This record gives sequence, C-alpha cells and structure tokens, in this order.
Amino acid sequence: MRREIKGMLTGLGVTFKTMTKPAVTVQYPHEREDPAPRARGVIALKEENCTVCMLCARSCPDWCIYIEGHKEQRPPRREGGRPRSVSLLDRFDIDYALCMYCGICVEVCPFDALFWSPEFEYSETRIADLLHDKYKLGEWMETVPEPEPLELGAEVKGKK
Amino acid sequence: MTTTDLPSPGDLPEIEVDPAAFRHLADAQVNVELDTGDMVLNIGPQHPATHGTLRLVVRLDGERVVSADPVIGYMHRGYEKLTEFRTYPQITTLINRIDWLSSFANEVPFIHAAEMLMGIEAPPRAQYQRTILTELSRIATFLLFLGEMGLQVGAITPAFYGFRDREYVLNLIEAVTGGRFHPNFNRIGGIKDDLPWGWISECRGVMDKVLRSCDEFDDLVVGNPIFEKRTRSIGIIPQALGAAYGVSGSNLRASGVDWDLRRDGPKYLVYDELDWRVWTHPDGDSFARYWVRLQETRESARMVLQMLDQMPSGPLMAKVPRIIKVPEGEVFVNTENPLGEMAYYVISKGATGPFRTKIRSASFSNVSILPWLLRGAYVPDIITILASLYFILGDIDR
Amino acid sequence: MIHPLLAIDVGWGTTLAIKTVIVLGIVPLTALILGYTFLLKMMSHMQSRLGPMDPGGFHGWFQLIGDGIKFLQKEDIMPGEADRRVFALAPAIVVLSTFLVFVVIPAGPRIRVASLDSVGMFNGVGVFYALAVSSLSVIGVLMAGWASSNKYALLGALRAAAQLIAYELPLVLAVVGVVIQAGTMSLQGIVSFQQHGALFGFSGLGFPLILTQFIGFAIFMVAAQAELTQPPFDMPVAESELVAGYMVEYTGFRFLFFFIGEFGTAFAFAALAATLFLGGWSVPWVHGTAADLLGPFVLFAKVMLVAFLMFWARFTYPRFREDQLQAIAWKWLIPIALFNILLTGVLKVAFT
Repeated sequence: MRREIKGMLTGLGVTFKTMTKPAVTVQYPHEREDPAPRARGVIALKEENCTVCMLCARSCPDWCIYIEGHKEQRPPRREGGRPRSVSLLDRFDIDYALCMYCGICVEVCPFDALFWSPEFEYSETRIADLLHDKYKLGEWMETVPEPEPLELGAEVKGKK
Repeated sequence: MTTTDLPSPGDLPEIEVDPAAFRHLADAQVNVELDTGDMVLNIGPQHPATHGTLRLVVRLDGERVVSADPVIGYMHRGYEKLTEFRTYPQITTLINRIDWLSSFANEVPFIHAAEMLMGIEAPPRAQYQRTILTELSRIATFLLFLGEMGLQVGAITPAFYGFRDREYVLNLIEAVTGGRFHPNFNRIGGIKDDLPWGWISECRGVMDKVLRSCDEFDDLVVGNPIFEKRTRSIGIIPQALGAAYGVSGSNLRASGVDWDLRRDGPKYLVYDELDWRVWTHPDGDSFARYWVRLQETRESARMVLQMLDQMPSGPLMAKVPRIIKVPEGEVFVNTENPLGEMAYYVISKGATGPFRTKIRSASFSNVSILPWLLRGAYVPDIITILASLYFILGDIDR
Repeated sequence: MIHPLLAIDVGWGTTLAIKTVIVLGIVPLTALILGYTFLLKMMSHMQSRLGPMDPGGFHGWFQLIGDGIKFLQKEDIMPGEADRRVFALAPAIVVLSTFLVFVVIPAGPRIRVASLDSVGMFNGVGVFYALAVSSLSVIGVLMAGWASSNKYALLGALRAAAQLIAYELPLVLAVVGVVIQAGTMSLQGIVSFQQHGALFGFSGLGFPLILTQFIGFAIFMVAAQAELTQPPFDMPVAESELVAGYMVEYTGFRFLFFFIGEFGTAFAFAALAATLFLGGWSVPWVHGTAADLLGPFVLFAKVMLVAFLMFWARFTYPRFREDQLQAIAWKWLIPIALFNILLTGVLKVAFT
C-alpha cells in the first residue's frame, strides 16, 4: 500500500515539476528553429556546372527530374583546334511533389552541379507550383551553406 | 544462417482458461438484459489505437473477446516488387520507409547483405557510426513507444514527454545525415558522410537527457499503480508459444527468453566490442514489455556513450567501384531491429540491383499472435495489448 | 420583498429574474474559466508545451469562446432512428443539474441565490439538496445513450451510469462527517461554523474542516473525480478509443451543452468541496459587508485551488478499467467513508 501511494505521489511530482519548467514549444511562425546545415530541405542547381549527363535523372528512384538539353558548338580554345561541342540545359525541372529527398541525385552528380540546402519553407497552394524549374533551382543556390568542418578522426575532407 | 536453441514448437504448454478471471461485476446483469450474444466489433482500419491501418475483427460476448482476426494489407506498398527494378542506392532510400520510426535500422541488414555478397567489409569507423545511428534510431522509436503506451492506457501526459525527448534524438540524426526520419545514409562499403564538428559533445548531452527522461518515465508510468493494474497479467505470451509464432525482439525478451541477435547472431556491427547486457523479464505480460523496452532505451543510451568514447579514426568507405554490380549469389542476413528481428534474403544475379529480395519484417510475426492473445481479454485490454506489442503497420504490410 | 443586499424594494419577480440571469451567466463563464486555465494552459505546461497562444492575442484567451462559437454554428444532426425528444432533452438535463447545484452555493454571508436554511423542521438542507440534485446528470447520460439508437452508445451509457451511481455513495458518505461535525446541513451554517470555529482554543483563526475531515476530503475528491468521469475514472468517455461513449451522436451545440455541463459541474463540485472543507467564502477576520464584497473572490480562489488538484490528477494518471473502478468504489471508498463517519461521531460525542 505504501509503495502504491508513493507511486501515485511521484507521478504527481513529475507533472508538477514539468509545469514549473519553461515549455519547449517553438512558436512557429513567430519564432524559428533553424535546421542543421546538412538538412535536406531543397535541391539547388548550379547551371554552369551541368553537362546534361542525365545521371541524376536516371538514378532518381521516383524519376522526378526532367531534363532536356541541346548541343551547341563553341569556338576552339586554341588556334587550329576543332570546334568544341557543349551541352546546354533547356529544361531542368525537379518535381518536389514526387521528390523523396533521398539525395541520390546530389550524390551521383560527377560535376558538382547539385547541392543540398536546408531551406524548407517553400510550400505552395497548387501542386503544379511544386515543379521548380531551373531558374528557381538556381535561386536556391544562395541558401546553400558552406561545407562544414568534420569531427576529429575523420579522414574525408569536407563534403560535397 | 543462425543456429537456434529456442524451445521447439513441440513443447507448447497446455493453455488453461481460468473462469475466475472472467468475472465482471457489472457485466452479468448487462448480458442478461441486453442479450448481446456474439457482437462483432470492427476495430477498423482507421483507429487511434492501432498504429496505422490495422483492422481487427473482434467477436465479443458481452465484454469478453471470443475471437479476434487481424486483417492486414491496407498499407501494402509492394516493396519486394519495387526492389526488383531498382539499384542498391535507390533501394536503400526506399527501405527506410518500411519501419518509418527507426528507419536507419532497416537499411543496415540490406547493406550488410550486399556487402557480404561482394565480400567487402566496411572500415571500423564506418561500423561504429552505423552502430551509433542504429542505436539512436532504437532510442527514438522506444521513446515514442514509452510515451504512446501511456497514452493508450489513459495517461495523456507521457505521450508528450516521449515526443519532446525524441526531438533531441531526431535533431542529432538530422545533423549527421540530413534527414530526421529517413536518413538514407548507408552505402555499400560504409556510410555516406562523416560526423560534423561538435556532434560528439552534443550527442553526449542528448544521451544524458535520454537517461533522465527514462527516469521520468519510471516515475510517471512504471511506478504508477494504476498503470500496473492495467498492464500486469494482461496479454501474457508464454515462451514456447511466442517462439513458435515467431514473435521476436523485446516481446520475446519480456517473456523471459534470453535471445538478442546483437549478441547471439552472426556479427554484423560492433556490438561485440561494447560492454552491454540483454534485458529480460520473466512475466511476459504487457507490463514486462514496457519495462523491457524502458531498460533497453537506457542500455542503448549507455552503448552510444561508450561508442562515442571508443570511436576509431580512419576512412569511411571501403574501396568500391563507381557503379556497383554485386556478384551473383544469395545471402540471408537477420538483425535485431527495434521492433524485433528483421531479415533480408537477397538473391543477386550480378546486376546493379538485386534479382529478388525477401523481407522478413518483425511486426508481421508479432501480429500473428494476436488471435491467440486476445481470446478472453476484456475490451479495454485489447488496446493495452495492441499498444504493448508495438508493431508498425509499414513493417507488417511492407 | 426587500432585496437584502441593496436594501431596495423590488418585487419577487424581478429578484427571480436577476437571480436566473446570474446563474445562467455564471455557469458557462465558470466552465470557460476552468476550461481555459486548467484544460488548455495547465495541461499544456504539464506537457512541456504552451497551449493556445494566438486566439485573442494574449496567450490565447479567446480559444474556448471561439470553440463555443464554432460549435454553435454547426449543423444539427440527429440520427435517423433516434428518439428525437429524448435526444434533445438529454444534454439539457445534464446541464440542468449543474445549474441547480450553483443555486445553493453561498458566495458571501448574504450572497446566495436561494437560501435553504429552514425548510420545514430541518435546520437547513443545503448539503442534502446539492448532493441530490447533482445526481440528476445520471438520467441525462442514460437518456443520451438510449436516444442515440446506437448499441455501443447504449453500452457506454450503461457503463457510465454504473460508475456514476457507484460513486454517489462515497460522495455522500464523505460529506456526512462534515455535517456531523458542523451540526447543520445548511451550507451557510457550515461556512459560519468554519469561520467562527476555534482551532485548538484560538478563536480568531477559524477552523477549516479539512483539518479534521481530511479523510472525508480525500474521499470527496476521488468521488468527485469519478462523478465527472475524469481520468483516472474516464472509461465511459475514453471508450472513444474503441467505441465512442454515450456522446457519440452529439455534435454542435448539443455537444457544447455536455462540455459546459462537464466543466460547470467540475466548478460546482470544487465549490462544494471548498465550502464544506475549506471554509467557502469566509476569511476568519472579515465580517459583514466587507465579507459580502470579498466573499466571491475568496470562494473563487479556493475553488481554483481545489480544481487544480482535480485537474492535476486528471492529467497524470492513466485510466482504470471498469471493474477495477467499481472495486475501488465498493471495496475501498465506502468502507473508509463509513469508518470516517464512525470516527467523527465518536470523537464529536467524546469532545463535546
């Protein structure tokens, strides 16, 4: 009986103590708690690095990246060379209604054209607006954080 | 493959039904006057007490359950079919979502299977970080369990404490992997990125918070005599029967079976280098299941603290080619997930993705014992039993 | 009839009208205040969160009023097979019992709605009346369950009725000790007994009956918790986990009535406990007109204290199963209450 009464009273004590401590609520949208720099919020595109190799579109599990490109001729870099052909992007859309935020596209890109950004406040009222085209993806580049330092003992320097 | 010395199904105990346990003060009158007979109660797919879309068709006699049939499949997403047409990194992303509360733990057996087929082993630093993240997911999902079982039994406050303390752990996981719930962090040969600066000290602080929070749950829930009255002797799973049905994980350990794949199975992460113990409870009732999971949360926090001290430095990834083609072969890997024993049987034909994957999920077997377990239970006890078994629908239906 | 407070001559009709308006206004207001303070704010802080902050600007004080308005504008749905008149009357009866309890609680030496001090040969029947009238809600619950034409609502209502009836007895028996010690059943008399009582010989400090009737107080609080179907005794209402309780078919303003009934009754029971055990509106050294002015506030403060205890237990404990609940009432509370009466009677005779 004594154990039971003590059990009831300690339970009351826990709730009372929690009541006296400040609440942990972050009143969004008046206050904000910033996510970690590595948080997978949105994917940003650096268009000048993209060579339209299509690796990201192929490796996406959801096939949510739509890429169209064309080839153009550029003048040769040196005298007497043949003209180079560069691939340029016509269309690079990521459909965030489908995107799983897995990061495979960012990881497989061999030319460092895709980056993660912790920005998460881009919800829309229409689903169609969740298809970000290459201009919008380029705007997200401003929110991409610097690669952060790693813990002691890490061998790999920096992150992509 | 693992050897097992669990009791064989041949020694199933005689199930004694004690009529004294079915006496209910108000029911006799109700039964006579209302003539309820056999009432079919559909605890439907949408219900706050079932963790997801589980349907229980229950036949009641007054307030006692005569028979209970779980109907599953409302959340079947076709994982095994999906894996036939995806590459290994893509599958790693998808299988996060089988047991979405402890998602890192779902990736580990699959990646380990692929590594076994390729004959490579992840370097020790990667193994340590994998273990840390697995234990963090275990803590996260058990904190949720500790809170919501209190909620199902009637106390509204523990649920909020569980969620509040879980936030700290999820923030830790997010700082490393970038995703709170679905890390997608394992790669064949190691893990993707190393820990950011300051993570280890933050992790130590969070583990201290977790230990204190477990003490809070001890005071608020386990020490509460009302909770004890609601959960003691409710839903007792006998040892042999549990083993026969394939119940695994904390449910089996709460029935007194000293079996933990982290210690007794083939080596898959660095558990043999740590100093930890397996918790069992002899009773096998709902209280025991809650208690065992509480102790396991504490044990996981202590394990993480040990691993933070012992972490070796070194490379994170073994040498693997750019495009990974896993050689032909088949392999079976089972691990101790928070929900129980999860196993992957991967058949590879040398392509970039598996030919066939069979996923053995823990909750599927845990739920199979429900028809036996719910017989003769009172209606409020159904909720207690469902909560104490702790299954996730994504895990049952895949 | 001379209105005692203002010494103005108004007819009994006007007095009745004023009193009716006051009671009708106060009950939802107290329900609102209790609901906001304890259900929204105290519960939230016990759960490490803030509760409503935006409605109304300052810490969300408008939340419940907004909820009330939302309920009022909902469509009035009645099940097709329901017994229409009984269905509509049930919430009214539940709220009626709350109003009737408020009628008799004194808020000052001369502030009360009805004085039941001398009825026939009894020297005051306030306590008797209050307890009798508070059990009217059981009929309302049964009517709600029956009229819903829903087998599960009926079962829930029967279960709730069983619980409410079972806990009436400890409630009443706990109060008997108070009545024995105070010597009167009139609430005003009990308050003045506590105000003028002597504590170990000191006659200036009053004598709140909780000091000697602590067993009665504990039993009263537990029984009140069960009468309000609050956790840990809320199996009838938390059946909404499995099957919805007796209130399942009620929406809109009918549900609002149940809600007001629940919190209004909480206030009423807390006020009864404050009056019987803590001294009601009285502060020991304040008499006369000052007591009239101070009385309501003192009573309010004491009610908030008692309500704090009730809601604190509500948010901390899980719920009992129905049979465990009944066992507690019949096997524990009633014997302890009877023992309390025995003890009080013996000690009263021994020390007088």
